Amino acid sequence: MNQTPLVEMKDIVKTFGGVHAVDHASVDLYPGEVVGVLGHNGAGKSTLMKMLSGAYVKDSGQILINGEEVTIESPRDAQDLGIETIYQTLALADHLDATANLFLGREKTTAWGALDDNLMEAETRKVLHRLNPRFKNIKTEVGALSGGQRQSVAIGRAIYFDAKILIMDEPTAALGMQETAAVADLIQQLKKDNLGIFLISHDIHDIFDLCDRICVMKAGKVIGTRKISEVTKDDVLSMIIMA
Amino acid sequence: MAKQFSQFLNTLGVSPRLVSMMIALLVIWLVLHFLTDGTFLSARNLYNLAVQTSVVGIMSTGMVLIIVARHIDLSVGSLLGVTGMLIAYLQAEVFTIDNNWGWVASIAIGLVVGGIAGWWQGYWVAHRGVPAFIVTLAGLLLFRGAAFEVTDGKTVAPMHETYQLLGGGIDGAIGATWSWIFGLVAVAILVFFTLKSRFRKTKYGFPVKQMWAELLMLAIWSLLIILFVNVMNSYYKPRTEVARGIPIPVLILIGTVIVMTCITKFTKFGRHVFAMGSNPEAAELAGINIKRVTVGIFVLMGVLASIAAIITTARLNAGVNSMGTLQELNVIAAAVIGGTSLAGGIGTIPGAILGAVIMQSLDNGMVLLGVSSSMRQIVIGIVLILAVWFDVMYNKKRR
Repeated sequence: MNQTPLVEMKDIVKTFGGVHAVDHASVDLYPGEVVGVLGHNGAGKSTLMKMLSGAYVKDSGQILINGEEVTIESPRDAQDLGIETIYQTLALADHLDATANLFLGREKTTAWGALDDNLMEAETRKVLHRLNPRFKNIKTEVGALSGGQRQSVAIGRAIYFDAKILIMDEPTAALGMQETAAVADLIQQLKKDNLGIFLISHDIHDIFDLCDRICVMKAGKVIGTRKISEVTKDDVLSMIIMA
Repeated sequence: MAKQFSQFLNTLGVSPRLVSMMIALLVIWLVLHFLTDGTFLSARNLYNLAVQTSVVGIMSTGMVLIIVARHIDLSVGSLLGVTGMLIAYLQAEVFTIDNNWGWVASIAIGLVVGGIAGWWQGYWVAHRGVPAFIVTLAGLLLFRGAAFEVTDGKTVAPMHETYQLLGGGIDGAIGATWSWIFGLVAVAILVFFTLKSRFRKTKYGFPVKQMWAELLMLAIWSLLIILFVNVMNSYYKPRTEVARGIPIPVLILIGTVIVMTCITKFTKFGRHVFAMGSNPEAAELAGINIKRVTVGIFVLMGVLASIAAIITTARLNAGVNSMGTLQELNVIAAAVIGGTSLAGGIGTIPGAILGAVIMQSLDNGMVLLGVSSSMRQIVIGIVLILAVWFDVMYNKKRR
């Protein structure tokens, strides 16, 4: 791969009260590629990704998008750069419906400046139908939906706004088998559209099924980055455990 | 039976919660009417009830947003006091009573000061992270003290004659003709927007209510509007046959309800308040500027408290430094009885107004019955607990 990486995170540091949550970590991502970020709880993988999604601000280091250095200080900055995140908690407002959640913070308005709920609902129906043809409860508050449907809303929000870079934090943790397969299909499809995807997961099988490369973290450091075709599951497990 | 009824309500597109509140209100009204030998539902008493409700009703629309956003505002009574005193003082002593524009200027200044006071509290909550309970508890003391300082506790009177109309006194209503015009225009607007919304939904191919359900709802609302106008027109000025019509403070309340409903339903700001109350973390990750929204709701609350202060001073025809004392509790109770959840994320403007009407009806009815003020407090306290308990049960069942 000689092309410019979509994302380069170089020498990133983040400390919380003196503890190095992320300690000089570097990782990169190419278009059409899925990179799995692995490690124990507290290894720093979520923290590292949150600095890309704008939830945290890095202490030092560089973030490059398409070879150019960028500053990401808020979720809005990240969104403007085409970075979308599906959080493990899904980050949905439970009392609002799917439409309101999908467009949260980026609502479409009419010429009068009022919310254009009809337009947003029509778009939501399209996106959700693509993700999950059986999704019917557009008007139900998302707190009352099933885990899979909630996941659909969170994913719909990430892909609707033409993301270039997608961060998925444990996207299948709350899902059944069928729904997990649907997410896998979606990831394949997004790869074809040339998106770059960071996938945070505990599930070694998920990682082997979906990723092109893996990046193993421990105690805030990146232990190693490998092509998935060059390692076995045992190699990876020992990297995680032994480091 | 209960299931069929809830399906029926679903077809009509009305929330079962609002309907149960309306039924509760109706029961309260009928019982009080019976106990007072027919005085409670007289045109005269309903007129007074409407005027009495407007002050608490106006402030409760703002309290809905505050509570939905997981905050609280204990200062609204004191805020009403200080802005009311300021307006009265400016009008009576600074611009003086024979200045025809003095009352307009005093209103403008009062609204701005209310907004600034709200901004001050919002600043401490949003930017300095002090809990709203503490900031507004401080506000309760601070603004009450400030109300005293305006004139060293002296009552200021009288208010300008035109200004007094805003309080809904003898001439403070719009008369029979204008009331009917108001009612008919309201019905026309209702029909127009219902059809427009239906048309737009059909254009997008969304499911719409069945036609008979749509028409039935329109008929019910139109009937309520006509009935309301008719009652207000059935109360005459003393020793005449001249109908009073809709009181001006009630018009102000209606205007406030429309504006606040539009803010909650049709603006980004309103949407963000509900998102924030529902899941603050999610709202922040979605790129919503939580601090700005928080300051915004407190500013809005401050302005609404000043509007309530205008009605109060106009009605009293004076500024009294104890105005609004303990009013914050009625306002919070109205919002909560109206279905606003203290856990955040849930609440409606019409619900809060219904809550205010229920509270005021109980109070008004007990006054008619000659119940002492201490007993009234006891009853309203118990009602508050029961209303919230009912809500807790209702939500448990629904889950």
